[in-house]
Amino acid sequence: MSKRTVTHSTFVLERVYPAAPARVFNAFADPKAKAKWFKPPEDWGPEKQEMDFRVGGRETSVGGPKGGPVISFRALYQDIVPDQRIIYTYDMDIDGKPISVSLATIELKAEGSGTRLMLTEQGAYLDGFDDPSVREKGKKDLLDALGRSLAG
Amino acid sequence: MLNYCGNIDRVFHALAEPTRRAMVERLSRGPASVSELAAPFAMSLPAIVQHLAVLEESGIVSSEKVGRVRTCRIEPKALSLAEQWINERRTSWERRLDRLGEFLADEEKSQRRKKE
Repeated sequence: MSKRTVTHSTFVLERVYPAAPARVFNAFADPKAKAKWFKPPEDWGPEKQEMDFRVGGRETSVGGPKGGPVISFRALYQDIVPDQRIIYTYDMDIDGKPISVSLATIELKAEGSGTRLMLTEQGAYLDGFDDPSVREKGKKDLLDALGRSLAG
Repeated sequence: MLNYCGNIDRVFHALAEPTRRAMVERLSRGPASVSELAAPFAMSLPAIVQHLAVLEESGIVSSEKVGRVRTCRIEPKALSLAEQWINERRTSWERRLDRLGEFLADEEKSQRRKKE
């Protein structure tokens, strides 16, 4: 039997955008607008996506890197305060094996003529299915992703 | 929990430098001695050794001295699978929030054009 473990983690990201809170909120609320920036990595194949932006509504996306595993994301909107707050819970799996259950909180605060966005993500990360090949692949992807994101 | 976050911070810090990323890329192809590692860089050996120390502290790289040669290698267990997911989630959010900024700027531009 494989070892079952749970790792808890929280991270907070902050950004200030030169746009009013209503516009930033709309970028999360309007599926067409959201699709323009919330898209998966470029080397992923076509994704199946659905979004129902209301409290109790669900958002799902199923996709993954070409020729790689299928990654599913299932979210449930828990709280929506227009122009101020969006809270959703979500879980993810890879080829049907659960990898995480998370709570995401997006807070918007007017700052001058712009908006301060605060994203807090709290998660339980499951690695009971730990597989050395996935680990190696994940590590390489991680280093590539870190390299790209930090090079800019 | 605190140790855990500390480790992620050290990993991010270690990889936030182009020379160190190049060293990690080189080591991901296989173990290398310090002088082999230093060869591609126009940098003194002590400077390379210092970068190496940061990588070792983060746990990404380990080294072992046999005789007069110190051999460095990637430490595959430095990052648990859970840590990898967390890092990945974080970097993908970073990229998304950057794109959100670009999207908002583009939207602003096209709205201005409409008004003109």
